[in-house]
Amino acid sequence: MTQEHMTTSRMPIARTLLTLALALTLATGCGKKKSGVDPNSLGPVEPPTTASVQPTATITADPVLIDLGQSVVLNWRTTNATVVTIDGIGQVNVNGTQTVSPANSTNFHLTAKSDSGALVEANVRVTVRVPVAPVAPSDATNGGGGGDMGTDAAFHAAVQDVFYDYDSYELRPDGQTSVAQAAAYMVAHPGVRVVIGGYCDERGSAEYNLALGENRANSARTALINAGVAPARVRVISYGKEKQFCTEANEACWQENRRAQFSLDR
Amino acid sequence: MSRKTALLRAMVTGFVALAVICLTPAARAQDFTGTIVGSGSQIRIAVADFKPGSGDAGSLKRAFDTTLYSDLGNAGIFDLVSKSLAPTSTPGVPAEISLGQWSIAPVNAAMVAFGNLGVSGGKVQVNGFLFDAKNTQYPQVLAKQYQEEASEDSARQIAHRFADEIIFRLGGGTAGIAESKIYFVKLTGANKEIWEMDYDGANQHPITHLGTISISPRISPDSSRLAFVSLGKEGFQVKVYSMLLGRVVNFPSTGGSNSPAWAPDGKSIAFASSRSGDPEIWVSDANGNLARRITNFKGPDSSPVFNPRTGSQIAWISGRTGLPQLYIMDSDGSTVQRLTDGGYVSSPSWSPNGQFVAFAWDRKYGPGAPGGRDIYVMEISSKKWIQLTHDSGLCDFPSWSPDGRHIVYTNGPNDRASSSRIFTMLADGTQKHALTGPGADMPNWSWK
Repeated sequence: MTQEHMTTSRMPIARTLLTLALALTLATGCGKKKSGVDPNSLGPVEPPTTASVQPTATITADPVLIDLGQSVVLNWRTTNATVVTIDGIGQVNVNGTQTVSPANSTNFHLTAKSDSGALVEANVRVTVRVPVAPVAPSDATNGGGGGDMGTDAAFHAAVQDVFYDYDSYELRPDGQTSVAQAAAYMVAHPGVRVVIGGYCDERGSAEYNLALGENRANSARTALINAGVAPARVRVISYGKEKQFCTEANEACWQENRRAQFSLDR
Repeated sequence: MSRKTALLRAMVTGFVALAVICLTPAARAQDFTGTIVGSGSQIRIAVADFKPGSGDAGSLKRAFDTTLYSDLGNAGIFDLVSKSLAPTSTPGVPAEISLGQWSIAPVNAAMVAFGNLGVSGGKVQVNGFLFDAKNTQYPQVLAKQYQEEASEDSARQIAHRFADEIIFRLGGGTAGIAESKIYFVKLTGANKEIWEMDYDGANQHPITHLGTISISPRISPDSSRLAFVSLGKEGFQVKVYSMLLGRVVNFPSTGGSNSPAWAPDGKSIAFASSRSGDPEIWVSDANGNLARRITNFKGPDSSPVFNPRTGSQIAWISGRTGLPQLYIMDSDGSTVQRLTDGGYVSSPSWSPNGQFVAFAWDRKYGPGAPGGRDIYVMEISSKKWIQLTHDSGLCDFPSWSPDGRHIVYTNGPNDRASSSRIFTMLADGTQKHALTGPGADMPNWSWK
């Protein structure tokens, strides 16, 4: 691939040199060899000129196959290039690495350009596995209703929400107890999937609380996974301060709102 | 106090100022040293009510006169002659004005804006003039003609355009903001939608109709796209609404995301995303592809904003050491610098000239502490800050106007969107006034 580009781009240069040499010969009136220029005599001129300007480039990705959300390290090396660009990233150093996390399978296309304008390209494809939504167990086989997820009532009777201290996402001892109950229930009911909602009290920044809610829900999720629940069974959603359980402005109410709530993920 | 006001006015009107002021001497005193280049002191300008031309100008002329007068007052660079001092004559064309009446006491105007407005054939036509009252030989500075469909909204928009011409001409070459827009969150029942209004609070109308909770609007630098976050089945995700197509366009959703921010070239978007399991700041292209993580530290990160002048730095809020603090870094994630030393910081907004960051700060935040949250401005190079709001409840979401002379923000008695209103002020903290009623939140001023 790269070699092909090199030969095709070298051709016009060779032709130019040839024409130039011919013109020079005629102009200086050195008529002895005007019947033809021996191409071999031009040979030595050509390699140093072109070899010094022809860039080379390689790009690799590690790994080339990822799941959605994972990262890939791009690694590229070029020689004789002054301007190196990667589509979608822009101009980059002539040699370098970059961590990217594409949302879709992507061709990373690198273009290296030398001072003289000679171009060379390199490509690497990163394949992104997008998880296929699990097919819900059909209601027909489970006689409708809750299926093997069980009922909300049974779930909430066995699993308590986790509550957090002010501006914190650390699990307190009572939170660890709640997570242990939830983990036990999920181990006993392998068909159950849960979504953990992260919530914050009404004080403070709406944007920051969305991030804090992510941390709260994820701290409960991590504890569930550490207790043996498969990661694919637990999803998180942060509601920040956008959904309140209790709307009075006092500490009892704020405590109610600082929580990670377990719900069946139907 | 008076020295402080003077310096702040200098900052707004653009003075060559090198001054030191002490703020809140009882608390932690901070010195703010500003060197800002610009023009001289405030120009005294008079605005004559426009002369009704042919046709029934009535309500359109009232809308025009009111808007032009308030635009020039809002600009913050004029000493506006009270209408009660103006001569009773109403010049409609240059031949009708007697400049002597305007240049002497008590008017003492240096500049006079006047003209005529007429309606005919369903069109409103406006001729506007700006005269130098002290130059009797060649007084004309500006002459402008406008024609639009006859409506009160058109009359207001024409007034905005004429005001911007005057401000551009007399304000040291900085474009006026009378044609700029403010995007905001409007509480509608249990939902929140993104709305748009003129910079003076007029013409409030919805942009989105998604029937869910949509927050954090950020308009693109060319005003063609509006980024925001919206609650869906997978939680909050970044959405992009095309102002040209009038609909939401594709943007990949991966993990909970919030607080998008446009790079000044409009080619990339920074946002907070938890796709790696912890909220971090990511940067993608304008279509959400090629996302790369630029922070990596446990704890909440949110509210990134690019340096609008260079695009090469990002300010954001991080809780990596506990309560959220203001940080800046290069836009590749290097050279992290913490700018605040305590309290609870939120909602940074970078000034158009790249020199200042405005943010909300509760310096005495804590359980049981009644500290108020106020708007502050910090000069990045010196880390000196000034406080712009005082004892007025909770303020948040400052956003700079395109000319860097104004800041829009929210204010309410508590932290609930139902009670918060959008206010505007000059960047020295003066001329505060409400633009909306309760139920409006998270204002974002357009880039131009």
